[in-house]
Amino acid sequence: MSLINRKKKEVQIKIVYYGPGRGGKTTNLEFINNKFKERIKNEMITIKTHGDRTLFFDFLPFDIGKIKGYSIKVQLYTVPGQVKYNATRKLVLRGVDGIVFVADSMVLREDMNLISLDNLKENLLAFNRDLYNFPLVLQFNKRDLVKEGIKLIPIEKLKQDLNSKLKVPCFQASALSGINVVPTLKKIITETVKSVQIKLTE
Amino acid sequence: MEFSLDFNEEQIEKLESILEEQLIKLGVENVTLIDLSGNVIVTIDNGSSTKDVYSLAALAAGNYAAVSAMAKIIGEQEFSLLFHKGENESIHFSKITDDFLLITIFGKKVSLGFLRLKVAEVIKEIEELFK
Repeated sequence: MSLINRKKKEVQIKIVYYGPGRGGKTTNLEFINNKFKERIKNEMITIKTHGDRTLFFDFLPFDIGKIKGYSIKVQLYTVPGQVKYNATRKLVLRGVDGIVFVADSMVLREDMNLISLDNLKENLLAFNRDLYNFPLVLQFNKRDLVKEGIKLIPIEKLKQDLNSKLKVPCFQASALSGINVVPTLKKIITETVKSVQIKLTE
Repeated sequence: MEFSLDFNEEQIEKLESILEEQLIKLGVENVTLIDLSGNVIVTIDNGSSTKDVYSLAALAAGNYAAVSAMAKIIGEQEFSLLFHKGENESIHFSKITDDFLLITIFGKKVSLGFLRLKVAEVIKEIEELFK
């Protein structure tokens, strides 16, 4: 739920990185945080377990400049990916405006992607939102692991499994080395801002 | 269905004036009104506060939601008021209508009892505004 403050001429937008556990959601935010360090005024907040897994969420706010005279504040969140933390995922999804689904390319995680995407659909429905009619970008992460000899799901198969019905923009990425992290972010911001732009012209 | 919260200048000014009159004048350091998604609606301070209210808002909304889930486990609908006491600074959270949360940061000079009274008045005034 974007928030428009007509006095300050400011819009706040909430984007959530969703996907299976250990898929690279936090790594995406960490890369963005490092890359745009000079432009990000606030520190990234992470609430992790002792084992370095996201327990609650990561939070990274930053300004992307002005649209129609309004300064746009983007707030990036991640959710904990592990199946057992669904209550927490629901809390973070409250008021979401756009979603990046970070899929894990490793063959071993094929089922986890499908389970997580179904879970996303279900959780959005609880807020009366429909994934098929929502700003969404898919990211097929960990593509760099092929160099390490790790078996990856072919891109065509990932597209078939995850995007054949959704038909949303998708990127092959490596969050660790930063490949396509920024294009993913830019795409989801564009998709999300589109709906807000209409409101601003009203 | 409406998925944007849209506040015009007049609404924001009214909110600011309520918070200024009731709470900043009482001596609190910062008072911030947020929605339960973690967006900042209004934030005002005593002029010497440097707190990162956007991060605070995200955490407060998450914290509130987590505590509400705890409330349900023990058979309560919610805990409408939360208070975290620190050595020098404390935070008071109070729910306003179904959608908003008022966060007040204050030091040792402000009495919690008096603050609670004032917050109760603020809630009434803001609820009146959104009727």
